[in-house]
This record gives sequence, structure tokens and C-alpha cells, in this order.
Amino acid sequence: MKKMFLLLAVVSISLHGFSQNEKYVKAMEQLVPAVDTTHSVQGLLDLSAAFERIANAEKTQWLPFYYAALCQVNLGNMYYVQGQADKMDPLMDKAESLLNKATALENNNSEIYCLTKMYNSGRMMVDPMSRYMSYGIAAADALAKAKSLNPENPRVYLLEGQDKYYTPEQYGGSKSEAKQLFEEAKKKFESFKPADSIAPTWGMGQLNYFLSLQKGQE
Amino acid sequence: MKNIFLLITVFLSGIYSQGILAQTIVKGLVKDGKGRPLAGVSIAIKDSYDGTISDSIGNYSFKTFEKGTQLIQFSAIGYKSMEQTIKIEGEFIISNIQLKEEISELTAVVISAGSFEASDRKRASAVLDPLDIVTTASANGDVTEALKTLPGAQQIGESEGLYVRGGTAAETKTFIDGTLVNNFFFSSVPNIAQFGRFSPFIFKGTVFSTGGYSALYGQALSSALILESIDLPEKTSANFGLSVIGGNIGWQQLVKKKNASWGINYSYTNLAPAFSIIKQKQDYSQAPLFHNIDGNFRIKTSKTGILKYYGYFSSNKLAFTTPSLDSLGYLDQFALKNTNHYHNLFWKETLPKRWKISVGISYSNNKDHISSEMEDVNKSKVLLSGLEFKNFKVNTDGNYLNGKIVLEKKLKGLSAFRFGSEYNYGKDHSTYTDYNLQQFPSSLTQSTTAIFGEGDIYATNDLAIKGGLRLEHSSIIDKTNLAPRFSLAYKLSKGTQASFAYGIFYQTPETKYLPSPVALSFMRADHYILQFQKVINQQSFRVEAFYKKYHDLQKTGIINFRPTAINNSGFGEAKGFEFFWRDKKTFKNFDYWISYSFLDTKRDFLNFPYAITPNFAARHTASVILKKFVTKLKTQFNGAYNFSSGRPYYNIVYDGSQYKFSDKGTIPDYHNFSFSINFLPSIGKKDAKAFAVYVLQISNIFNLRQVYGYQYSYNGFRKQEITPSSRMFIFLGAFISLGVDRSEDVINNSL
Repeated sequence: MKKMFLLLAVVSISLHGFSQNEKYVKAMEQLVPAVDTTHSVQGLLDLSAAFERIANAEKTQWLPFYYAALCQVNLGNMYYVQGQADKMDPLMDKAESLLNKATALENNNSEIYCLTKMYNSGRMMVDPMSRYMSYGIAAADALAKAKSLNPENPRVYLLEGQDKYYTPEQYGGSKSEAKQLFEEAKKKFESFKPADSIAPTWGMGQLNYFLSLQKGQE
Repeated sequence: MKNIFLLITVFLSGIYSQGILAQTIVKGLVKDGKGRPLAGVSIAIKDSYDGTISDSIGNYSFKTFEKGTQLIQFSAIGYKSMEQTIKIEGEFIISNIQLKEEISELTAVVISAGSFEASDRKRASAVLDPLDIVTTASANGDVTEALKTLPGAQQIGESEGLYVRGGTAAETKTFIDGTLVNNFFFSSVPNIAQFGRFSPFIFKGTVFSTGGYSALYGQALSSALILESIDLPEKTSANFGLSVIGGNIGWQQLVKKKNASWGINYSYTNLAPAFSIIKQKQDYSQAPLFHNIDGNFRIKTSKTGILKYYGYFSSNKLAFTTPSLDSLGYLDQFALKNTNHYHNLFWKETLPKRWKISVGISYSNNKDHISSEMEDVNKSKVLLSGLEFKNFKVNTDGNYLNGKIVLEKKLKGLSAFRFGSEYNYGKDHSTYTDYNLQQFPSSLTQSTTAIFGEGDIYATNDLAIKGGLRLEHSSIIDKTNLAPRFSLAYKLSKGTQASFAYGIFYQTPETKYLPSPVALSFMRADHYILQFQKVINQQSFRVEAFYKKYHDLQKTGIINFRPTAINNSGFGEAKGFEFFWRDKKTFKNFDYWISYSFLDTKRDFLNFPYAITPNFAARHTASVILKKFVTKLKTQFNGAYNFSSGRPYYNIVYDGSQYKFSDKGTIPDYHNFSFSINFLPSIGKKDAKAFAVYVLQISNIFNLRQVYGYQYSYNGFRKQEITPSSRMFIFLGAFISLGVDRSEDVINNSL
């Protein structure tokens, strides 16, 4: 009987523990797919806040911090496209603090370095002339690090392709090289196996957009 | 056994039962400190996933399974986070809140009256950044020449320095990392403005204050130029350059751990080849020749601390003749040899409890050997009777030690107070040798000691006040002064602000008019500045009005054949207004700025017979600067136009009893068009090992006649225009940097 109680205790503890993790995974599973499909100011702020609440409650998980920061960076980029670069800095401040928390929990992760690249590029876009020496170089370093940590990460190639795509040819940009990179990214996406159901998989939507642009040009 | 399974089932259902039980709706309204609804506020129950963000009218509502006493957290960018304890029970509960604004650098008003800031700070609104200095067509890569395109500074071409708002060049002081620089420019040459000694690339930040500056700085009646040196370089690199006036070679090493670096550079400048093609007004027997060496190290002493050293040595010489005004058919010869070294050591560190310390110490030595003589047409030295005084030699040797310590304590938000002390020591020795080799040595030792304290108070994001006091003692006049400084900034709307600055500024009489036989006092200027500024998304506009009152300016008389300070009865005033507009946004890859200054000033000082508009003050000054980057050509085109209305000129002579004018008038208006091209062929080349920049720069491209003033013969009977040494000047150079071609990364990432 004593043994039974012990067993009961063990079972209940492990079940309880499992349930907590399950709750986390479940909550994340609901939110993660939205990262690829949310394109409104309110939507992105909502999503970022939801990730941040999970992050603050969990305290030891890097992914919710990562996603919360990603939403802020995506929103910043959205403002940039709309010609409102002056709105980016406050978002990047927020992204920076979230990103720092993610990095403190998980270092040497290719996904975090991809996001670090995006964050630094975002900072630079506010005022490229005076910021390229600091943020521009930091962005390039981060992307190189992301690639070295995981050459199979499709988002590395997507980001490389985007850089190549938007850069004028005189500066080493190239639509054809971009195309190669996008195709490389596509291959990597097809073979990419996320570590679990809530690991980053985003990017396919953007990639399809770029691939369709290139089709149009041919 | 059965029981136990039952028990487990009960236990498990207990865990999940929370979820099945009723949810509670938490809702409320979020407002800001002024009672306006606040959107985008994040609301969360502590340690739970539950929460939401507020909508566009500040309302929020969410469901939660949590029960009992919980902490609900409210947070938003730009506001202080708040927590409320709530007891969750029943169907719904209401929790309303008001959030207070957080005072942050990003949103707070900036105290900006009187100063132009050119730095690489996070703030996107810096007026000029360091790169702007080297791409300003009229600047020739010189820091102060670039600053002359901003409002407040005069277009003076006959001598070096910044003449700000009716002040002389001596009323502007330059500081590197907080400490005073004594010989910022190369030694003066008659009627030829000299450049600054330091490369613009060693500075990451520049603050050009045209008045009303902080209590941390003193001994400048008009203006402070505050330069901040760079930190660690991005990468190890080798640099070399070749141009029509010389060459340079350098090495900069960043250690593997990226926590320290050192570097050394040498440059050789010889203007002989250029002068053989571009005819100069002066006939050079020794064209300007410079050897400059500088070295540096920078060590991160901790995560937040850095120790920086910069050292500089220069040896340079020149000699030329010009036709003498005093005796026709004869020549005036001027020769100068200069050596200068400068060492600056600076340390800053963040201490616990929001304290910061910075300590700077600099030492410099400057030696000039000047020789003046009259020569006949065959360039042989002659001694003409009545003009013997034109043959002389002067050797000067100056040693200067400057130190400064500042402690800063950050208070709530951006508020802070700082205090510290500054000590400046100078020992100047000079020997004057007259035509019959009689020597007249003189020495002057002086020190200035100051203590200062200053507080910044940010009442809200919209209102900032800075107040300071500076107490100074000057040993040479044995006097002490107390100078109050005050400024205020108020934010009118996003990106728009109004500022006001007031201050009293003291300066010891200029060393070159000392020692004096009488007791002197400090010269004094009072500044009142009113500014309106609008900075939005790559566009900035500012307008500033000022009034400046001078008291106790030094008057001079001739004692022992040289001008000497004789009393402090001089006075003066200056008033005016200025506009500045810069736009990087309207046209793609095109950046331009326009500045205009209006100045109305009169003063009585030195040997002026009475209060007059001085010869260094033009009523209207304007600049238009254009910069266009053409992507296809990998080339940047820069144009500059500088204008200044005719300045007055005077010939002041002593008739045995008093000073009077023997001649006066107005010089013609000054126009200058400059043009430069920077070609960057290596941009974007994949895996390029070298990064090259080719520069073509043409000053006064339309070859306009420019007159800076007039010079007179000793007897005042003959006068001659003071003009630039040559009208047009063409500079061509190539600068190559190995191992630092990050241009591709850089441009890729700018998109």
C-alpha cells in the first residue's frame, strides 16, 4: 500500500508536470501558425503580447520571447514598407529587450541569430547613412553566424535572398542570384524538420511571394 | 487496487476541473495620465497566459480560468508598468487603470538651444553625422570647415577658427573627450587660414554649440566645439592613400577578443607639386611640408568601461615671400617651423547605483619658429632703414596640461545631476630676436581651476530643465567668477519643440596680449537664445534667435612695441536669427541642407577707437549643401555654395595719442562654389579584398574673385586685397583600405 501511494505520488507529479508542459505547447501551437499569416498592426501587437504573456509565465522558455520579438520586428518592417520608418525605433527597443531575454535562455541558436539579423536590419533602415557602420555590420555578422550554426535553416537562405533581391546590381545585388537563393530556400523548406510542433517554421509565405515575383519577370 | 485507480482518476480530474469550471471575464478601461484612452496596452495576469491588449479606445476584455487573488499587470511602450491586485470571482470583474508616461530618451524633449549635434546616437534626428563632414564639398575634409556650413559661423578665409555670432575665433574653444585642446589648428600663417590638426575620422560625435552651452565647459565667450573620440574599430585593417598633396599609411589592429585595439598612422603632405601647377599668390621657397604621426589604443576595462589613448605628433614647415607693401621692389619673407605633440588619455566607467565617472587628461607641447625678414629682388636679406623692425625671429614653446573629472548620478527617468572639476595649465615661453640679434625672452605661466555642478530635470516627457553653476579661478589675473547656466525645452507636439537658453560665460584675457601692467578681470558674455525646432522623419527645420551682451572685453595699447591688454573697458553686443533646413527624405539618395544667418553686432575691444561692427562679422551668411548618390555610377556628387555679404574693413592707426581710422569700407560679397565627387568602385564587388575611394574635389569651381579684407603698408599709404592663395584648387586622391570591405554587407542590409 505504501508502495502504491508512492507510485501515486510519482504518477501525479509527472502527470502534473506533463500537463503544465502540455498547456504550454497547446497554447503555443495555437499561436505559432499566426506568425506567418498576421499582417495587421493590431494583429501583430496582439500576437506579440500573447507570446510575451506565455514567456513571462513560463520564464524558462526561449521560444515565446523569440516569437514576441519576431512580431515586433515584422510590425517594424510593415511600417517601413508604408514609408513610416520613424515609427520603427520604439518597436525595435521592445524587440531588443525580448530578444535579449530569448538569447539569455538559449544561445548559439540559428533561429535566434536570424532574428538578430532582422532586428539589426530594422534598426538600420531608420537611418541607413548614419547607422550602417554599427547595425549593418551587426546584421551581416548575425546572418553569417546563423548560417554557420545551421546550414540547413531555410530562413537563412530566405533572408540572404531578400538582401540580394532588393540590393541594386551595382552593389552586388542580383535578381538571378536571389532566385537561386530562393530556390535553395525552397529546397531547405521542403526538407526542413522542425524540432517540435512549436519550433520556428515561418517563411514559406514570404518565399512563395518572392518566387511568384520572379515568375512574373521571366 | 481499484480504489487506487479511482483515486488517480479523482486526482487527475481535480487537475483539469479548473478548466471545466466557469471562466471569469476581466475587463476595463486604460487611460494615460491626462485621462485619454490608451491603445495597445498589454494586460496580463501574472504567471498566467491570460490577458490581452487594449483596443483603439482603451477598452480591454479577456476570459480567464484563474481564481482568487491575482496580480494583473499593465504595460505599454513609453509608459510605466503598473500592477493591480484583483480578486477573481463571479462572472466578470472590472479593473480600470491610468498609466503614467515613462520619461525616455526616445520620446523626451531634447535640450537643444544653441547647439548642433552631429553624432551617431540612436536618436534618428542628429543634425549632422560624422560622414557628413567628409562629404561636404566646401569642407576639404576638415571638421571646422564643415561646421561653417551651419548657421552661426562666419565664412572667414583669411585666418583659421570658428567665428561665432559676432565672436572672435579665440572665443571658441575646442574639447576632445571633455578636455581642452590648446592648438587645435596648425600654427597661423599671415592671411592663409590653416586647417585643424585632427582627422575627422577619429571623432564619432560632434556637438557644435553656438551659445548657451553647459556648465561643464568654460573659458569660451561664444562657442564650444565638443568632440568625442571613437571607440573600438569594427575590424583590423590597413589603410593607405595617395593624393596630389601627399600620402598616408596606417594600421589598425583589433585584438581577437574584440576588447582592445591599437593603431598607428603616418601621413606625409607636400604641397610643392600642387603649387607648381596651381599658381599661388605667395612665392614659396619651402612649400608647406608636413609629417604627421598618430597612434592610439583603446581598451575595454569592463562591460561598460573604456580606456582610450590618442597621441599625435606633427612636424611641419613652410617659407614664402610676397611683394612688400612697405617698400616697393622688395619682398616680405615669412618662414615657419612647427612641431606639436598632443596626448589624450580618457577613461569612463559606469559605477553601481546609477553613477558614472569620466576622467580625461591631456598634455600638449607646441613649438613655433617664426622668421620674418625683408629681401631684395634677388631674395637676399636686406635691412631697410625705418623698416628694421620687419626683420625678426620669434621662437615660442608652449606646454599645456588639461584635466577634467565628471561624476554623474542618474535619477528617476532621464533626470540626472553631475559635478566635477577642470584644471587647465599653460606655460608659454617665447623669445623675440630683433634685427640686431638682441633677444627679448618672456614667459607666462597660468592656470585655470574650475568646479561645476549641473542638474537635468525631466518633469515629464514634454518639459526638461537644465541648470548649472560653474566656479572658476584664473591664476594670472587672480580673480574668481561664478557663472550660472540655464536652459529649458518644451515639446509642442511630436517632433516639435521650443527651447530657451541663458548663461553667463567668462574668459580670461587672451594670452597673446599678456602680461599686462595692470590688474585685469575676466571678459564676460551673457547669452539669451530662443529656438524652435521640428524634426520629423529625416527632415529637420530649426530657427533660432539670439541676443548676446559682452562686458569687460580687453582693450589693448602698445607697450614695448607690442599690443598689450591695458584694461577691461571694452563692451559689445550681438543679435540675430538663423534658419536651418535639412531634408534627406523628399528625393531619393539626395540629401541637402540650407542655412542662413543674420547677424547685427557691434563691439569696442582691442584697439578699436569706438564700438564698430568688427571686420569678422558679415550681416548675412548662407550655405547650400547638396549630396547626391548615383547608384548606377557608384558615385556620390557633392556641391556646396557659401555666401557671405560684404564685411567691413578698417585700418586702425595710432597717431601718438589715440587710435583712429585711416581707412575703412566694405569688402565685396563673398561667393564660393565647391564641387566634389567620391567614386567607390569596390562597392558590392564580391569578396573584394580592398575598399577604394577616389576623390576629386574642386574649390571655387567658377574661379570667382574672393576678397577677405585688406592689408596696409606700415605707413598706411598703400593697401592691398587679402585674397585666397589661389582662386581654384583641385584635389585628387585615392584612399584604399584593406581588410575592411564591409560595404557589401552594409548595403545589403540597408535594404
